Amino acid sequence: MSRTSELPSVEAVADGCLLLSHRLTEWVGDAPTMEEDVALGNIALDLLGQARGLLSHLGDEDQLAYFRDADDFRNPAICAAPNGDFARTMLRQLFADCWLEVVWAAWSQHADDVVRGVAAKAVKENAYHRRHSRSWVVRLGDGTEESRRRLLFALEELWPLTADLALPGWREAVTDVLVEATIPVPAAVEGDDEAIAACDEARRELLAEMQSLARAHPGATW
Amino acid sequence: MVTTAGVVAWQVLAHVMDPEIPVLSVLDLGIVRDVSESPDGRRVVVVVTPTYSGCPATEVIVSDIRTALDSAYDEVDVRVQLLPAWTTDWLSVEGRDKLRGFGIAPPAGRALLPVLGSDRPDACPQCGSREVEQLAEFGSTPCKALWRCVACREPFDYFKIL
Repeated sequence: MSRTSELPSVEAVADGCLLLSHRLTEWVGDAPTMEEDVALGNIALDLLGQARGLLSHLGDEDQLAYFRDADDFRNPAICAAPNGDFARTMLRQLFADCWLEVVWAAWSQHADDVVRGVAAKAVKENAYHRRHSRSWVVRLGDGTEESRRRLLFALEELWPLTADLALPGWREAVTDVLVEATIPVPAAVEGDDEAIAACDEARRELLAEMQSLARAHPGATW
Repeated sequence: MVTTAGVVAWQVLAHVMDPEIPVLSVLDLGIVRDVSESPDGRRVVVVVTPTYSGCPATEVIVSDIRTALDSAYDEVDVRVQLLPAWTTDWLSVEGRDKLRGFGIAPPAGRALLPVLGSDRPDACPQCGSREVEQLAEFGSTPCKALWRCVACREPFDYFKIL
């Protein structure tokens, strides 16, 4: 994995939070338990709020969310990756939470007041998200034969998508959890173009759904 | 504009309630960070900070504050400010008692990062037993988790430390 030492752009984080939020809402009503429906809904709300704080700072939030073309989004690939099963969703969430933890902590000192303000709130909210994704990854990895099989499969699929998350501190944070989950930590890999292209395609499909209502009724309010 | 703290405004704000937790006023919540009134008492500026980034109640609260102050002032300006970030440390003492009376365990400690690990209610808000267990880390609103009392068996909400 190529280590990304530069912090992402505000746009990349805003887009990442927005798309990940939308992905999590796809579980609501369909999660393994009612408590998980509620948990994923709440995490999605926090991510949406964080995305809105950044997008409205960059421009008109609705314009940027609903009327921008899929290829103009700058999110890390994994944020648009389809949910798959619950193990895959939780592993994706752990990867994203650990990435955001580094970003929000660094941005708590950002020169821009709005970015710093969003980060100062998000760093606390993210700690709860990460506790949740960590506990599931540990439980699934060190759980039944079936849960472990699914988590290992998710790792194989998602690991090639993590190149743009690997800020300093990210790999260490993820490794701690995987070790606790008794899951072997994969060797460093370069980003996988084919896997990333599949996420780009998934993003087009996600946005086609997410943007359809606003585009069908531009300027509508309620 | 920046003059006396608007006494009228503070009195009005004490009666603007959180739509999700209707026993708490916006003052109990600690989200009103500043109030200033013009010398002639006709204009008021209220600075509010949101609780959680994604809390859907924030927009309702801002609108409720504006509506409540509209009858007392000619001009009402409600500004949203992110920094410093809201914390449950700003919940008033009265607010904590009101939460308990409403069946919600108040945050059981000061906000420190990382928030992980020790965030658990002191006691069941129903029977006061200290034997409580977590049912779910997330609850009916972003600020709460779902817990259960081992003694009286009642589930209850816990207002998480943030």
